Amino acid sequence: MHTIVLNGQTRTCAPGHTLGDLLAEAGYAQRRVAVEVNREIVPKSEHARREIREGDCIEIVHALGGG
Amino acid sequence: MNAQPKLAVAFDDALVIAGKTYRSRLLTGTGKFKDLDETRRATEAAGAEIVTVAIRRTNIGQDRNAPNLLDALPPQKYTILPNTAGCYSADEAVRTCRLARELLDGHSLVKLEVLGDQKTLFPDVVQTLKAAETLVAEKFEVMVYTSDDPILARRLEEIGCVAVMPLAAPIGSGLGIQNRWNILEIVENAKVPIIVDAGVGTASDAAIAMELGCDGVLMNTAIAGARNPVLMAAAMRKAVEAGRDAFRAGRIPRKRYASASSPIDGNIG
Repeated sequence: MHTIVLNGQTRTCAPGHTLGDLLAEAGYAQRRVAVEVNREIVPKSEHARREIREGDCIEIVHALGGG
Repeated sequence: MNAQPKLAVAFDDALVIAGKTYRSRLLTGTGKFKDLDETRRATEAAGAEIVTVAIRRTNIGQDRNAPNLLDALPPQKYTILPNTAGCYSADEAVRTCRLARELLDGHSLVKLEVLGDQKTLFPDVVQTLKAAETLVAEKFEVMVYTSDDPILARRLEEIGCVAVMPLAAPIGSGLGIQNRWNILEIVENAKVPIIVDAGVGTASDAAIAMELGCDGVLMNTAIAGARNPVLMAAAMRKAVEAGRDAFRAGRIPRKRYASASSPIDGNIG
């Protein structure tokens, strides 16, 4: 298993999983989110291709109420 | 011979930001409301066309089915203005804007806000300038929150910000415009829209900003924190419109002594 950091929390992730898989598991497949891996934006078009690697630091963000 | 083709002009006092035309000069935030339904109803009552949103981490496993702000305020209907509220450095702010652009399908209009301290929430103007330079270079259209300093406002315009947004008073304070001479100086020197952002408490504060010649007012707490947010949103809409009309109409000068409204000649007796 890979160890990753997802939104600040350490987790494990099966080898071969892609960002697209991770988003689907988290229930975000149909939601408007943006993803950053190791401080680099990964565009939506690349989510299905980008494999999750050992030590990846992933941020998933969305829009919410703010001033 | 030289007749110009007449363009249909339905509205002659539009606000133009980064080439896009808006009818409403009241921009609203979407934080601190009771729920998304209240957010939507207040936004509609305000007549706002530009609404700010925050960019935050999702709660993994918790908000799977939670209603989404962008369902209540769809980007097809509103101009979504992602902000960098809560950022205390230029790097954080730039990173947030890049995420926002990805989130909103390449949308480049952002509200830049880099804070200096948690007690006052005053902007860190050094970091704000630095972030603005980077964002403009990366083709963002930057609406920038800043202090009410005319020199700084001019500098931010020179960098290429599409709107400069000086505070009226500290964020959420409701104190109204504290330094109207500075705001007036900023307005008179500007070629980009000047939008008072933060510190408005009630309708008259918004009207004063508009009477000074500001191009718009951005507020959140004054509406969301009111006892009746939807009613306050409607009041703010009227105040912004009234203040704008008064500015355009041109007020009379202030005089120390009276000046009769009725004719002096022809009194009976």
